[in-house]
Amino acid sequence: MSETKKFMYLNRRPPYGTIYAWESLEVVLIGAAFEQDVSLAFLDDGVYQIMKGQDTGEVDMKNFSPTYSALGDYEVTKLYVEKESLEERGLSIDDLMHLTWEDEDEDWAEKDSIQVVTRAELAKLMDEQDVVFSF
Amino acid sequence: MPIEANGKTFETDEEGYLVNLSDWEPAIAEVMAAQDELELTDEHWEIINFLREYYDEYQIAPAVRVLTKAVGKKLGKDKGNSKYLYSLFPYGPGKQACRFAGLPKPTGCI
Repeated sequence: MSETKKFMYLNRRPPYGTIYAWESLEVVLIGAAFEQDVSLAFLDDGVYQIMKGQDTGEVDMKNFSPTYSALGDYEVTKLYVEKESLEERGLSIDDLMHLTWEDEDEDWAEKDSIQVVTRAELAKLMDEQDVVFSF
Repeated sequence: MPIEANGKTFETDEEGYLVNLSDWEPAIAEVMAAQDELELTDEHWEIINFLREYYDEYQIAPAVRVLTKAVGKKLGKDKGNSKYLYSLFPYGPGKQACRFAGLPKPTGCI
């Protein structure tokens, strides 16, 4: 039971219009209780999930983007964003929320959670996982 | 079962959590606490208010593990431990305090 597995959650869809993005986030938060090695990847339209300045006022859905900022509290500290997906959409890391976690071992030093990786690097990361969930 | 507070009726779900977050008022917490045979002290309110602020910021009710850590950081280590929190909320600081605070059941409570 004590064996830690590597879990990756792939997020490929836009945040609203379907329930996938929110469901993924909920599963991540629930799964975090099991103290596994968890990472998230955002690619394709999934990169829109962590864009800053989201406003759902007109679409009658809850704006859950603030919840991504709680991931650090849940000790989910590895958020990979695919470089090509950002570029294909004319986006850069500056368009994304500034998501951080605090390292308890270093007197709560604030560290960045988001890492931009290339498609090839992401493929390698996926290859290293024990379990990959695709949303 | 609906809950009566301040002369008004509020809808709750089958586990007793308030259905509409925006309906919440302090009297609801008092009534829920009385049903659990608890009297709310300043120490209880400190945690209830903390939870409401957490929800405001992150749009989720934190799991008890996360709550404990966050309380420790904000209010000090002597409060950020399960013994203290359970002494205030014997049915579980996550579930019971979130219910009093008008929040949904914590995300990641298993």
